[in-house]
Amino acid sequence: MYLVALKMLFGDQSKYMMLVSGMAFATLLMAQQSALFCGLMTWTYSPLVNMNIAIWVSDPKVEQVNENKSLRDTDADRVRSVDGVAWAAPLHQSIVVARDPTNSNFKFITLEGLDPTTLAGAPAKVVEGSVEALRRPGTVVIDLFAVERFSEGRDSPIGVGDFLEINDNQAEIVGIVDVQRPFIGGPFVYTTYDRAVGGYAYRSRKMLTFVLAEPAPGLTPAEVARRIEQQTGLAAHTREEFKWSTIRWFFKNTGIPAVMGITVMIGLIVGMAISAQTFYSFVLENTRFLGALKAMGTPTPTLCKMLLFQSIAVGLIGYGIGMGITVAFGRMAMNTRQIPYAIPWQVPALVLGIVLLISSVAALSGILRIARLEPAIVFRA
Amino acid sequence: MSNDHAAQGLHAVRMRAVDKFFGEGDARTHVLKSTDFEARLGELVMLVGPSGCGKTTLLSVLAGTLDADGGEVSVFDTRIDQITPSQLTRFRAVNIGFIFQQFNLIPTLTAAENVSVPLLIQGKPNGEALKRAKAVLETVGLGHKANDRPSKLSGGQQQRVAIARALVHEPRLLICDEPTSALDRENGALVMQLLRDVARAPNRTVIIVTHDSRIYSYADRMAEMEDGRVFRVLNSPAEIAEAHHGH
Ligand SMILES: Nc1ncnc2c1ncn2[C@@H]1O[C@H](COP(=O)(O)OP(=O)(O)O)[C@@H](O)[C@H]1O
Ligand SMILES: [Mg+2]
Repeated sequence: MYLVALKMLFGDQSKYMMLVSGMAFATLLMAQQSALFCGLMTWTYSPLVNMNIAIWVSDPKVEQVNENKSLRDTDADRVRSVDGVAWAAPLHQSIVVARDPTNSNFKFITLEGLDPTTLAGAPAKVVEGSVEALRRPGTVVIDLFAVERFSEGRDSPIGVGDFLEINDNQAEIVGIVDVQRPFIGGPFVYTTYDRAVGGYAYRSRKMLTFVLAEPAPGLTPAEVARRIEQQTGLAAHTREEFKWSTIRWFFKNTGIPAVMGITVMIGLIVGMAISAQTFYSFVLENTRFLGALKAMGTPTPTLCKMLLFQSIAVGLIGYGIGMGITVAFGRMAMNTRQIPYAIPWQVPALVLGIVLLISSVAALSGILRIARLEPAIVFRA
Repeated sequence: MSNDHAAQGLHAVRMRAVDKFFGEGDARTHVLKSTDFEARLGELVMLVGPSGCGKTTLLSVLAGTLDADGGEVSVFDTRIDQITPSQLTRFRAVNIGFIFQQFNLIPTLTAAENVSVPLLIQGKPNGEALKRAKAVLETVGLGHKANDRPSKLSGGQQQRVAIARALVHEPRLLICDEPTSALDRENGALVMQLLRDVARAPNRTVIIVTHDSRIYSYADRMAEMEDGRVFRVLNSPAEIAEAHHGH
């Protein structure tokens, strides 16, 4: 009978197309927005992604990785002396303006000053030049986003061997790295901690943004982080903790989640409206045949299951199409690097849940009608 | 043949003092007025009468698609007015074949798929049901149309597909409401020949509601209705011809 149900629906081309495209559109709207949102959220904690560091120590008031409430210079040593810390390194992070001396092009950049001896936190994916070359004086490593930004208006793209002027200091570009771009602030520019605090960054009383630390072998980052907090009174976040507190901060302090929530709601309402209405009119048009099936001895629960089956079938087909487009668009988006896009498993799962909800509501509108249907109506002309 | 069974007095279907009301309060109408009706195994019985006299209502009560408000309804020794709704649904699926005035073939299924539906309702596997459906389509002369959708068939052909559908699960009771009134004379005659020669069988009862006097001659017996009640039964083709000699 389920085969009959499918044929009834698939045979009705216009209704079928309408239902599938309604579901596909709703899926696309919801998945696309969620993926953009998740992409944006991953951009908010880019430093955590780009630097493979287990423990981030900060001022206790710091809630997220883009915040700068500096520590005292001595705090690095205090962290280092905590039992269970394998090593600790300073990190300076701030937003400054950099200039291309060839054309006076000004851009914001996110300056990352790494520990000069260990270069702890240096990006792993080097496209050109080398990160080790940062050990030479007056050097920086820039990311691909910076290449893109500073190449605007140049005859040839900016690259290794070219110079940037950072806070009136000439800095030679010695490497290009591939990292995830930040949500706020400009492209990432890496240099050493001493050069950052010694002139590249704007001067202030305290310049130590984070202390990066690694747990000793056999200890978990969380254990060591708690020890650091107890012994120093500073805040210590594992990567995972810091990621989520960053996301929470953006949830609380920006309208992004509300906008995304509204779009998902619109997807749900549009999907619900199109499919419930189309499905109901499909059931109306088929009342005579469903009534005949009922008269011929089809139990009402079977008829209801047939309707549910039909509406879930179009829901899943529409979902497949919508997710397909979302993923295809995601591929393109990720290639451009301009558009944030991330599809963690929660996105397809959430959207699938909503699509099944829409399907059930649509089926229910038909079921309510069929359940009340008197089989005797089939004899009425 | 049919008269042998009639002579044995095998009452396949029996209604006693059945009442049916529609509506509430002032709008309440008494549609079946303590009526009796019976039909025997192996015969083709016609239920005739003016429009609005209650024929379809009586047929619906008999088929178990409408509950009576009083009286007894038994079909093959089952008191269908006393069984549960789900038992009744199952009873219909197994024992009754339906033929409707408007055919009610599902437009998006092929002829064979439509015919297979009663078997699918009973839970038969799809392949087996289709095979059997095609065989039955042959018996109504439409084997070559098995894979056509109803829209590609004429009205007469559609009703023949509907007959195949009503017979495919070999029900003991065949119920037809105005099977010829949507057809022209020629197709109506063809449909009636099928109902008399293919559908009618020694262990089956065929009940046809009609007000189409052109087909009265196909009946073995006839129950005449007026104003919610069967008022006369004609027990042979001769009696029918006598009573309706004008036609
Ligand atoms: N569902 C219903 N609700 C109210 N009145 C009905 C209903 N079905 C039939 N009737 C009324 O019952 C009477 C008998 O109808 P019906 O059995 O269809 O007659 P027939 O088939 O002989 O033309 C008619 O007056 C009709 O209006
Ligand atoms: Mg009628």
